Amino acid sequence: MFEKKHEMIRKLAREFAENEIAPRAQEIDKTGEYPEDLRQLLIKSKFHCVTIPEEYGGCGGDYKSAAIVTEEIAAKCGSSVTQIMPNSLSGAPLIYYGNHEQKKKYLQGMAEGTLIGAFGITEPGAGSDTASITTVAEKDGDDYILNGRKCFITNGPICDFITVFAKTDTKAKGVSGISAFIVEADWNGFSRGKNEEKLGIHGSKTCDIILENVRVPKENLLSKEGRGFKICMGTLDSGRITVASQGLGLAQGAFDQAVKFTKERIQFGKPISRFQNTQFELADMATKIQCARHLVFDAAHKKDTGRPYTMEAAMAKYYAGDLCNDVSYRSLQLHGGYGFIKDYDIERIFRDSRIVSIYEGTSEIQKLVISGMILGK
Amino acid sequence: MNIVVCVKQVPNTNEVRIDPVKGTLIRDGVESILNPDDANALEEALLLKDQNEDVKVTVLSMGPPQASEVLVECLAKGADEAVLISDRAFGGADSWATSNTLSAAIKKINDYDIIFAGRQAIDGDTAQVGPQIAEKLNIPQVTYVQDFSLNKDSVTVQRQLEDGYELIEVKTPVLLTTIKELNTPRYMSVKGIQDAYKTDIPVWGLNDIDVDPALVGLKASPTKVFKSFVNPPKGAGMMLEGTTKEKVESLFINLKDKHII
Repeated sequence: MFEKKHEMIRKLAREFAENEIAPRAQEIDKTGEYPEDLRQLLIKSKFHCVTIPEEYGGCGGDYKSAAIVTEEIAAKCGSSVTQIMPNSLSGAPLIYYGNHEQKKKYLQGMAEGTLIGAFGITEPGAGSDTASITTVAEKDGDDYILNGRKCFITNGPICDFITVFAKTDTKAKGVSGISAFIVEADWNGFSRGKNEEKLGIHGSKTCDIILENVRVPKENLLSKEGRGFKICMGTLDSGRITVASQGLGLAQGAFDQAVKFTKERIQFGKPISRFQNTQFELADMATKIQCARHLVFDAAHKKDTGRPYTMEAAMAKYYAGDLCNDVSYRSLQLHGGYGFIKDYDIERIFRDSRIVSIYEGTSEIQKLVISGMILGK
Repeated sequence: MNIVVCVKQVPNTNEVRIDPVKGTLIRDGVESILNPDDANALEEALLLKDQNEDVKVTVLSMGPPQASEVLVECLAKGADEAVLISDRAFGGADSWATSNTLSAAIKKINDYDIIFAGRQAIDGDTAQVGPQIAEKLNIPQVTYVQDFSLNKDSVTVQRQLEDGYELIEVKTPVLLTTIKELNTPRYMSVKGIQDAYKTDIPVWGLNDIDVDPALVGLKASPTKVFKSFVNPPKGAGMMLEGTTKEKVESLFINLKDKHII
């Protein structure tokens, strides 16, 4: 499944994460600010555009490469993953559904590091229930007028453009009237809500995006009218692989902390790693992390080789999303009181893990996707 | 402008072990890396390439077939071309035989302005190959380069000394050996890795370069390893604080304590 290039990419990502990201993860978490020089370093090594085609300035890499990069970065800092979002949510709609001009302008901008994108489907009243979005796009001559409010938008406070899902046909049943638009942040009527204070991934900024009579030219319609739901689901399908990789990386990071701490911590006259409870915990966590790794790369490999991967990606996301919560909980437990103190990395990893089983489709939605594939719709 | 960079694949010798019988390094199971000083040599070449479009960087390495891995790494950082010098006949070479081989390979490249080489490799620590190449090519050399600037037909460098540096201007073509103070090596990029694996790395053997077979490999190596050993780690130092009188007293107490005086 893996080629030599994948091993080299892992070596690069691991070295980079260890040397550049890990020493700053605590500072990023504490300040809620992502250091610009670190962002530029990520861009220089092109971690942010692994899956963007070479034609548009990206690496033209496969999903295994993107998963490797995401896993290694997440193992050191959960927040940093949203800095490489063009590999998933902000890039995929353009990669798979954009036309040449749209790719040239927005995708290439992201690859070059001059533009930051975002993805806007969720609304205050529409989370898992995508069909109930109320953002509307009314045709006005050659343009569309967009009105609505998107919430929990990752990179919202810093984005230069966002893929917005809106109803072009409010009478259509279910999801058939949804379309996707590329909306630039400096257009009239575009505004941002306050930066949300979150439980974890503090280095990633999140806010509402408010659209008030935003005039969007028809050139910025992605694909065709009514294709929005397909675009959204297609994007989330591939995005699940990278979110699952984030979960995998966080679980690995939490596990690494458990190994390190239990070898050093002495109680009852010996390192606590010598106690069978610790050994069984470590063995169980390591086994499950390996399961997650197999699921992630199975899904990535199926996608890379052009085979159906929806169910596999959902399984990987479901399993790895829950696993990082489980492993970080247990690692923290092994840390005892120290795990509850912010000086120890596990405290941050525990909080950063919580989002993975929620965003880009909750674990429950993944189970719906999986069972849907098993039982048929 | 053409730049040649000489690099070596070395075992990551953080925890070096030595074969007690042969006196050589045990390389099995040890990760191989690009020699750290060589990474600085490559970086300086790439910095020149960043500034001048007409700079071409060719990386050269002598070693077994798997040494091509470090050449891939160099390509992934931005080198234009890489050549592996590999042949059973070159095996077991000491620094003299190695520089015979490498200088013959560089003669084949022919057109070069600057040769960068790392000061020394962490597996042998000889610091001889770079200077020997310069001698055999009959070009000037400066070792321990900690600062570099390019002029029209010359370069100006700082050569590190124990208590300062020498400022030297030297005509090109020239060979420079680099130290870690010179620069901070860049990372590869994901795109660079993708491209590097698509780049052909030619392998030059004994028949591809103009060198006398009697001057290469183990048999041509005058060096005999007498003994290899690892220095026992130094214990942690102790800082004495206080007034001079207190420090001297404390020093005496500690030395007496250890039965040194």
